[in-house]
Amino acid sequence: MSKITSFFATRWGIVSAGAFVGIFAPLLQRWGNPGNMGICVACMERDISGALGLHRAAVVQYIRPEIIGFVLGALIAAVLFREFRPRGGSSPIIRFFLGFFAMIGALVFLGCPWRALLRLAGGDGNAILGLAGLTVGIWIGVLFLRSGYNLGRSQKEMKFSGWVFPMVMIALLLLLLFAPQFGRTPEGAPTGPIFLSQKGPGSQHAPILISLVIGLCVGFLAQRTRLCTMGAIRDVILIRNTHLLSGVLGILIAAFIMNLLLGQFKAGFLNQPIAHTDYLWNFMGMALSGLAFALAGGCPGRQLFLSGEGDGDAAIFATGMIVGAGFAHNFSMASSAAGAGAYGPIAAIIGLIFCIVLGFTMREKIA
Amino acid sequence: MVDKIDARGLSCPQPVILTNKKIKELGKGIFEVLVNTETSKENISRLAQQSGWGVEVKKVDEDYCLVLKKE
Repeated sequence: MSKITSFFATRWGIVSAGAFVGIFAPLLQRWGNPGNMGICVACMERDISGALGLHRAAVVQYIRPEIIGFVLGALIAAVLFREFRPRGGSSPIIRFFLGFFAMIGALVFLGCPWRALLRLAGGDGNAILGLAGLTVGIWIGVLFLRSGYNLGRSQKEMKFSGWVFPMVMIALLLLLLFAPQFGRTPEGAPTGPIFLSQKGPGSQHAPILISLVIGLCVGFLAQRTRLCTMGAIRDVILIRNTHLLSGVLGILIAAFIMNLLLGQFKAGFLNQPIAHTDYLWNFMGMALSGLAFALAGGCPGRQLFLSGEGDGDAAIFATGMIVGAGFAHNFSMASSAAGAGAYGPIAAIIGLIFCIVLGFTMREKIA
Repeated sequence: MVDKIDARGLSCPQPVILTNKKIKELGKGIFEVLVNTETSKENISRLAQQSGWGVEVKKVDEDYCLVLKKE
């Protein structure tokens, strides 16, 4: 067991985890997931939000088993390696809204950092703007971290609290499998409570079991290796350390090769799957997300893996993202292939102001 | 008396920031960092090695005490 632990802590350990994501994300796309969206934590949580009726954008509603797998895979790894530690209480309401605005930013860009990498690996040039925005957002976060920003200490919690979020995931799995329907409108449209897209990206998905198993593996590997797309850039800026970055490069290179092999690589800016070409808001959306992730201490994937370890603060961040997705679509803040949504830009600016105010005000003395 | 940093309960990357600050402040010598997650333990060990400091890890109840040394 300790040999496995030390391998995962090495550079090759994290590169393997990244490569696993880079190999299987394009395959998930081949097996049914939407374009350059083999894995996208933000998009997939947005689809879950829609499936639960928190928004009614009929084309993006599906309970994505990958997300369920991420949390449960991390839980299995944490329990096996004795790292399951229920904890919480480090500025929960702040973390909720960091998750909320991280999602707003991600839906202005149309993807989380994971999808930004996968979009780039698929040839989508707009992802370059997103990754540049992400880097600038994280850099601003690092300036705050260096000058004393923090969200305070978490406390050890009782065992059961760590099981709540994983149980929510099991409930989601059951809701996906049974998809309860309470009735239909006079026009024949289902009234929920579970909504599953009949067309559009939400209707495109790999078979449930495949999605779930790959999600479980990613969750397991990422929990062991601490894979984090935000941390990768942050650590380079903050401490000149490239450990996490090598995992991210593993994703990018493996996905690029896989896309070439599968004939999914298409270079250009125009007509890319589920993407728009508004350079400014591709950049600004990810800048907001990057800053929010940096202030919360992890990318959206990492927040799910930490939730599986029993970290209640990370679970609240993830919940904030799911709720944020509901608001993003209900309030016309999410982008579409046509460009930024009507209220996306103003929402992104409000989010940036919120994060900057936090950066200046959340400064508990910790040492 | 050895300097001690209590980084328990702090989320990533706070334990690393505090340790890095101490490394720069001391230049050489010895100090201890107390953490409560495996991740913080790995991150601090990695930072120490990168900065040329030796690390010794001791398990203290449910926490880890990392002793960082540079001659």
